[in-house]
Amino acid sequence: MAKEIERAGIPTVHICTVVPISRTVGANRIVPAIAIPYPLGNPAKSNKEEKLLRRALVEKALRALETKIEEQTVF
Amino acid sequence: MRIVHYLNQFFGQVGAEDKAGTEPLVKDGPVGPGVLFQELLGPEARIVATIVCGDNYFVEHIDEATERVLAMITDYGADFVLAGPAFNAGRYGIACGAICAAVMNRLGIPAVTGMFPENPGVESFRKAIYIVETKGTTAGMRDGAAKMSRLALKLAKGEPIGSPEEEGYIPRGLRSNYFAPETGASRAVTMLLKKLKGEPFVTEYPMPVFDRVTPLPPVKKMSEITLALITTGGIVPRGNPDRMESSSATRYGKYAIGAFQGLTAKSHETVHGGYDPTYANEDPNRVLPLDVLRDLEREGVINALYPYYYATVGNGTSVARAVQFAREIAKDLISDGVQAVIITST
Amino acid sequence: MTVLELGYIPIEEIEWGPKTFVQDAVLCVHREELIEKARGDDPRIASATAHIAKPGESVRIVPVKDVIEPRVKVEGKGGIFPGLISGVESVGSGRTHVLRGCAVVTAGQVVGVQEGLIDMSGPGARYSPFSKTLNVVLAIDVKHGISQHEHEEALRLAGLRAATYLGEAGRRVEPVAMDRFEVRPPFRRKGENNDLPGLVYVYMLLSQGLLHDTYLYGQNVASLLPTIMMGTEVMDGAIVSGNCVSACDKNTTYHHQNNPVIQELFRRDGVDLRFLGTVVGNCNVTLRDKMRSAQYGVKVVESLGADGAIITKEGFGNPDADAMMYCTGLEEKGIRTVMIADEFAGVDGASQSLADTSPRADAVVSAGNANERISLPPMDKVIGDVRVIEKMAGIPCGSVAKQDVAVELQAILGATNELGFGLLSAREE
Repeated sequence: MAKEIERAGIPTVHICTVVPISRTVGANRIVPAIAIPYPLGNPAKSNKEEKLLRRALVEKALRALETKIEEQTVF
Repeated sequence: MRIVHYLNQFFGQVGAEDKAGTEPLVKDGPVGPGVLFQELLGPEARIVATIVCGDNYFVEHIDEATERVLAMITDYGADFVLAGPAFNAGRYGIACGAICAAVMNRLGIPAVTGMFPENPGVESFRKAIYIVETKGTTAGMRDGAAKMSRLALKLAKGEPIGSPEEEGYIPRGLRSNYFAPETGASRAVTMLLKKLKGEPFVTEYPMPVFDRVTPLPPVKKMSEITLALITTGGIVPRGNPDRMESSSATRYGKYAIGAFQGLTAKSHETVHGGYDPTYANEDPNRVLPLDVLRDLEREGVINALYPYYYATVGNGTSVARAVQFAREIAKDLISDGVQAVIITST
Repeated sequence: MTVLELGYIPIEEIEWGPKTFVQDAVLCVHREELIEKARGDDPRIASATAHIAKPGESVRIVPVKDVIEPRVKVEGKGGIFPGLISGVESVGSGRTHVLRGCAVVTAGQVVGVQEGLIDMSGPGARYSPFSKTLNVVLAIDVKHGISQHEHEEALRLAGLRAATYLGEAGRRVEPVAMDRFEVRPPFRRKGENNDLPGLVYVYMLLSQGLLHDTYLYGQNVASLLPTIMMGTEVMDGAIVSGNCVSACDKNTTYHHQNNPVIQELFRRDGVDLRFLGTVVGNCNVTLRDKMRSAQYGVKVVESLGADGAIITKEGFGNPDADAMMYCTGLEEKGIRTVMIADEFAGVDGASQSLADTSPRADAVVSAGNANERISLPPMDKVIGDVRVIEKMAGIPCGSVAKQDVAVELQAILGATNELGFGLLSAREE
């Protein structure tokens, strides 16, 4: 999906757990996530810590969108 | 059964290259190779007409030529259509492929053509139609015509079509189920022993080669753009209003989030059938991070969050369908001026 | 050397009766006692009913949680389903009796959304091995308010208890046929035939949380580092399914008990290969866990002196990545691999079949395209809950009614089993 949106002309970042799959299908900007049932969270943490963790991942994704890349990159 | 046969100007006995501009015309009964086809088809099928069109005319006016040929085929009440064979003639191959594809899709009757595997018509049409493999030259006429006739009759009678090797057609790139004579486990052990001995073996699934898209230039000023969220994690408004499937999704959803500062267990849930839903249902932000993006929007890190998000279920959903979803979504986003996208997957 | 003998007691008919016993290939079952034994003293179970479903009948069982083959240990250490029903003593030696031709099927109120169906006749019956078994079906409802994890466990254990109870009926019956499985140490001794290639079986078990877990000696394999087991241990129920992944490629407990790769490697052991052992691994939810398991597993396979390995998995999507990690890891060590996988190539077969790929995976056995659609006619009788059909994987919304229902093979239990249990495959056409 990420590849097709990018093909259509919008820079796209893919936050996902199973990075190898994203690499295989061809997303260009990839940010590794936490786990399959909770890619942007961690139920073991307190609500506050969990949100900080989520924010860090989203900020990383925004940075990825702002970064010039020549080829597929895992941030 | 009534058959209409398509030929180019050369095989249709109109003329050589100098007649390649000939517009579509009809001759009654079989012409040229049609005589051989009629012999091979036997008494149960009759070539009622032959349509002839110049190769240059066809490729220079593909849409118009296709329409005119289709109309002629309809006039003759054909039960199926034969085209060519085109051997290694590129323009002729394109014409045969385009006509067969249009006949099958629009008239709903079978169509068969024949080509040499390197004919450009093969790459363009092999997924859509049956193309019998022929030699590169007319030396392969009898063999190709025999295979085309047999396959066309089977299709016309609705008989099951065998593998490419059995029927002689070029693999269409479509995965099709069949029952093998031995169990998968037994085939696996046999394959492994062959591989270890260095003997030839045939993998049952050759690895595909994925294409690549050149990365787009980065977003220049995040604080000036509208960003959209997409998830394949199946996050939907509670109650699943679009009744999205838990797997093999046939649809995606577009959901308004303008009124939400974050997602809650009360407002949203996951329908994804491929992972433990407990955590996503407890706090859907764990899959679609709306709460954080609202904070970032308020702080001016991004200018605005697009007031809708898109969701589908990645689980068991074919790549082809995902591509179709993505194209539709992208069209939508571009027309609304979205300049960057975050996709989250489980 | 460890030896397990499996004694097969063919079951050709099942009927309800005043007590549970096997005579002349007929399994007679005391219905109330079966229900009582299945419930055990589990306070989470609100109600349970038992039904018989036979091949050829107009019966649909939906949703199916698990299928289990009744077996009983008559000689040797331990008991069937160690760690869950029996103690934790190692199993896989001595003698075990099998009631062949019948199965316990657990059905009823659905836990999640991915259980599937078994049709006992019609076009769907061709695709499920459990359309050909005489099934004792338990439809179980649990009390309101218990968690989904508790719900899954209650159903899982009830099925195992029922199978154990029925298996007991075969304890004193003389088997009609016997198979003998000899487990040899993997390492060659002097004078042994060195020519045959040594094969290891890499047995990936799904372990992804609720509805996607597998148990080894009663322990959830999510926390497992890949380890070695004897092929005979699975025959005594050492691996139990807690899975409700999409029904077509769910490895039920029955599949584990009858693992076809293990059977095949034993059958050909000493003939054209040496069966060096089985390495069980898992398939977890974080990339780090996946990589850890694959790398550790590759090391274990290598330490067994393998020339080649068969890799099997369960489910699709992210487990494809685990399988590819094993494959590339082993191939890089010069250990040749074959992988069994089912395909998700779209309804028309035109899409890519696997979520992850590797150029090293040059030998794949296909268990069929699970997206292929077939039409199932209505059945006279439905055991379980017809309303869940629509929610199930692979069934488009709005297509359920009393008329034909169009399903993808995904919804049919065991249709594209990735242990290589069936004959279904896919090819390019």
